[in-house]
Amino acid sequence: MPDRVVHEPTTKVYTASDYKSNVKPIWCPGCGDFGVLSSFYKALADLGIPPEQAVIASGIGCSGRFPAFVEAYGFHGVHGRALPLATGIKMANPSLYVCAVGGDGDAFSIGGGHVPHAARRNIDITYIVMDNQIYGLTKGQPSPTSPLGMEKKASPYGSIEAPLNPILMALAYNASFVARGFSAKPKEVVELMKMALLHKGFAFLQIISPCVTFNDTYEHFKQITLPLPADHDVTDRSRAMTLALDEQNMYLGVFYKVERPSYVTSVRAVRSKASGGAQFDLEKIIARYRT
Amino acid sequence: MYDLKLYESIDENTWCPGCGDFGILAAVKQALAQLELAPHEVMFFSGIGCGSKLPHYLKANGYDSLHGRGIPVATGFHLVNPELKVIQVSGDGDSYGIGGNHFVNAARRNVDIVHIVENNQIYALTKGQYSPTSEKGMITTTTPEGAIEVATNPLAMALAAGATFIARGFANDPKYLANLIARGIMHKGYALIDVLQPCITYNKINTKEWYRMRIYRVEDEQGYDPADKEWAFRKALEWGEKIPVGVIYEVSLPTYEEQVAVLKQGPLYRQPLHGPTMAEDFEKTKREFM
Amino acid sequence: MTKAADKTMAPAVTRDVTLRIGGESGEGIVTTGEVLARIAAYAGLEVYTLRTIPAEIKGGHVMFQMRVGSEPVHSEGDALDILLAFNQEAYDKHHRELRAGGILIYDNNELTPPAIAGEIQYALPLTSLAKGIDFFRGKNIVAIGALVKIFGLPYDKAKAVVERQLGRRGADLLAKNLQALEVGYTYAEQNITKEAPYNLGVPEGERGADHRLVMSGNQALAIGALAAGCTFYAGYPITPASDIMEFLAAELPKVGGTLIQAEDEMAALGMAMGASYAGARAMTATSGPGLDLMIELLGHASMTETPVVIVDVQRAGPSTGMPTKTSQGDLFLAVYGGHDDFPRLVVAPLSVEDCFYAAVDAFNLAEKYQMPVIILSDFALSNRVETIPSFDMSRVQRVQRLLWTASGDGDNSYRRYRVTESGISPMSLPGMVGGSYTAEGLEHDETGAPGYDPELHTTMMEKRFRKVRTAADEIRTWPHAIWRYGHPEPEVGIVGWGSTAGPAREAIDRALADGMKVAAFFPRFLSPLPEAELSAFVAPLKAVIVPELNYRGQLADIIQGRFCMQIHRLNKFTGQAFTAGEIYRKIAAVYSEWVVPTSA
Repeated sequence: MPDRVVHEPTTKVYTASDYKSNVKPIWCPGCGDFGVLSSFYKALADLGIPPEQAVIASGIGCSGRFPAFVEAYGFHGVHGRALPLATGIKMANPSLYVCAVGGDGDAFSIGGGHVPHAARRNIDITYIVMDNQIYGLTKGQPSPTSPLGMEKKASPYGSIEAPLNPILMALAYNASFVARGFSAKPKEVVELMKMALLHKGFAFLQIISPCVTFNDTYEHFKQITLPLPADHDVTDRSRAMTLALDEQNMYLGVFYKVERPSYVTSVRAVRSKASGGAQFDLEKIIARYRT
Repeated sequence: MYDLKLYESIDENTWCPGCGDFGILAAVKQALAQLELAPHEVMFFSGIGCGSKLPHYLKANGYDSLHGRGIPVATGFHLVNPELKVIQVSGDGDSYGIGGNHFVNAARRNVDIVHIVENNQIYALTKGQYSPTSEKGMITTTTPEGAIEVATNPLAMALAAGATFIARGFANDPKYLANLIARGIMHKGYALIDVLQPCITYNKINTKEWYRMRIYRVEDEQGYDPADKEWAFRKALEWGEKIPVGVIYEVSLPTYEEQVAVLKQGPLYRQPLHGPTMAEDFEKTKREFM
Repeated sequence: MTKAADKTMAPAVTRDVTLRIGGESGEGIVTTGEVLARIAAYAGLEVYTLRTIPAEIKGGHVMFQMRVGSEPVHSEGDALDILLAFNQEAYDKHHRELRAGGILIYDNNELTPPAIAGEIQYALPLTSLAKGIDFFRGKNIVAIGALVKIFGLPYDKAKAVVERQLGRRGADLLAKNLQALEVGYTYAEQNITKEAPYNLGVPEGERGADHRLVMSGNQALAIGALAAGCTFYAGYPITPASDIMEFLAAELPKVGGTLIQAEDEMAALGMAMGASYAGARAMTATSGPGLDLMIELLGHASMTETPVVIVDVQRAGPSTGMPTKTSQGDLFLAVYGGHDDFPRLVVAPLSVEDCFYAAVDAFNLAEKYQMPVIILSDFALSNRVETIPSFDMSRVQRVQRLLWTASGDGDNSYRRYRVTESGISPMSLPGMVGGSYTAEGLEHDETGAPGYDPELHTTMMEKRFRKVRTAADEIRTWPHAIWRYGHPEPEVGIVGWGSTAGPAREAIDRALADGMKVAAFFPRFLSPLPEAELSAFVAPLKAVIVPELNYRGQLADIIQGRFCMQIHRLNKFTGQAFTAGEIYRKIAAVYSEWVVPTSA
């Protein structure tokens, strides 16, 4: 089946409200995810992506509910498997803008095994991880990005597991686009999302998105976040890792961006190599087995 | 130094003659003998694959788990009985593919186990499909036009995840590997030893000659600093014409087991089931509901 | 079965011979069998093969067995007529199964077996013959040459097979192989004086036009998938399903399709579901341990009403089990696996040929009824190479999913999960204007929005399961939905599934010849089970036998649960397939106890 171009280019101008579905978000007032959502509407509108050409796959969690609030195609999947779903969707119809979204637990606990492979495939999707350093939907257990010593019901003596560093992991996994945003700085998040959506390859975008109910860290992150140094070379992977390792400063912006052939491009090359231009003929395959 | 014969197993070995795993097996036995660890003092965990049969081929305690699930079992085990040295051994598919998530989280937790990965850059037991560490462009049974993905970088992954001991060895240098394994066992915390291992049957590219031409001992280099994370990242990203072997990163941090409060009273399996305070605790809890 | 050898005239063409080859892994035992099987096939005979391979990569014992006949063959063969032993181990392991009066062919450079009264022995110095042409590796081809002469197979066909099977590895090697073939043939011609009691040659005039194929179950299934229009495959290596993936890795790109080897089985099914959601015809293939990992996503596919095909090539468990042995142990998993109740369809091919049509059916059912469909194959079926009739392409149609079109709904919001009489709702594809929805694993209303009302849940559960009833109504009209065989008015019935059909058929033939009134009822679709038809079948029977390759009798449990009837179970869980004899003996035993003999 050839790649389908689903629609002719349109001259229609989109606004953010074109992407608002009629499902009311179930998030607590003040949740960081609202900021992520409205930035997402704006990013799609600015890029003029027709709603029917956007697909969002998600996992389980408060962030997992994201697709239903966007007037686009969505797939609310099982916990941790948003990346495989998104990969399949993109391969079946590469003309779509495919995003995967999830929280820090969905992405780095149960879903953690899929991230390195999406990165090394360089599958052309945008992965937005709404990181609140907690399991919110299940009411407040520590997550893989929670700080050491966090005291919650499931860790009454303080968590003894050091947190994972999503930016550092994404760089180690060799993702071709790695960036961090903060939901309380929506204008910047819009720009990061646009870059991620336009990036031809796997775009990893961590957005600090505090949970007002179980882990309100707005003030903390307002203190420690700051933009990446202006002279940072986004093609310098080592430097990006060094900046990501910085415990005192939480940098925002694009850490790393390089161009590499996307998975779709590579598969297309495989297809032309395999067929050598010939028409597919099932009879020829069956003939190999004739007596 | 114990006699190597102590670790001989009666199980029939089914590896292809010339397999790199023989070197790894020899190195493991050598390390145990060097450290004077008796067979009953060591616990091996493995998954599925040619390399995962290693626990059968030496005399020690062993547990062959499901594909990719050695580490969770090893973690639970060591929390209950930290007196045995725990060694997880399996291949690159088992450790970095299906088991990849467990690998990352073991590093993060700094559980006090050794993780030896028999990295032959192929799926051998299932006869020749590509693996997470197969190089881009490698032609295998499922990638007849060449693998599209770039290889995963386990050292960089472990480093990013917070591992406190990271080393790489070579199966055809068993003496050197034995020292790395011994250091990994002595290290307090999660120790990764990624072992370059030729598969003579299914990987005709990354042969022992191919490795020999490229590996160099990282401690021989100027500016060797295994406590420096940034230096370690640079070494981790080095692959191709030059491949560093040796200890690339080593720091000392509290292990997971050291931070579990109840284990301060001793290993869980030794703690009495019905302690003196149990009746009191129960009364207290009961009263919350009255 | 055969007349004693008569030196003055060629023995009659044999109807049915079972030959087993044994030797060390790495010495080309499987190649020997595959080549011989194809020589027989090209000569116009029917073949049925099986092999056991060691679990290790190098070394260990290998056995290849082929049953050859002038009529189609349906099971392994109860006893060996011919044993070809390449080494002492092969003799030690298999000789006891060689029937009295059978033939032993052996490499007399490797072993010296004792003479046994009635046993015909042919000594072949395979090792030294091969070394003599400086081709030690070719001793298996030498053996083939000798067998071709001994059993009267056509030499020209032998050469053709060697060229076709072994020609791809270079002209030099091919020349060596052909030389080995000739050396073996010549040796037999000049040195073997005893006439073989079997003659596998079919006289020229009798060879009809040949429209047969020689292939394995996995190959038939993979080709069926291509015929069905599969465009996306994601999978993970696992014995014995890996070769489906490898076959499609080479072929799918040629149809503009995609194959991804995923990082684990959960990723594999997830990718297939995503691809299907976006419009591709998608599948994955695995074995028991992999299906275990996929069960959560299976439920999700059913809940989101996403078409997807999942192949389970069953192998012996439990857990890691015996990866290179066969079993029918995953019926419960396929039919019931998953928390709470959700619909899925399960189809179990009965033979290698069936694997092709099962794949086509599975894709069509998945697309039409928008749910996961599991194909239950097994190790024996997947691996055995068999002669089968060529595929009837007139039976191959591609049924598309019910696609939504913009004018359909009438109101503003598209209702993806619209409640309909059949249960099937029109499905949009990403890219269609106005068709946006979120596929939802939570219980949901018609638009896909999450909802937990008691009435809503009741309505949606019924809607989803209504699709199964609609599917059952359609399947009931398919002539091939149930395989029935045997006496039109049976007293004893055999109800079973999957590859047990072959040995069951031969067992019934023997029983009928003995005057017993026995018949078989093998549904190809196990979910939904054709209860009305099954009920009608068992009603007049005095006894029902359910033979299965599993420990507890999973189909027997299901039937017993539905019909509250007594079942005579025949459970084999050794990792081997049934022989016709095993099933025949059970029929005879049950018959003699439960069937009141009618007068005269």
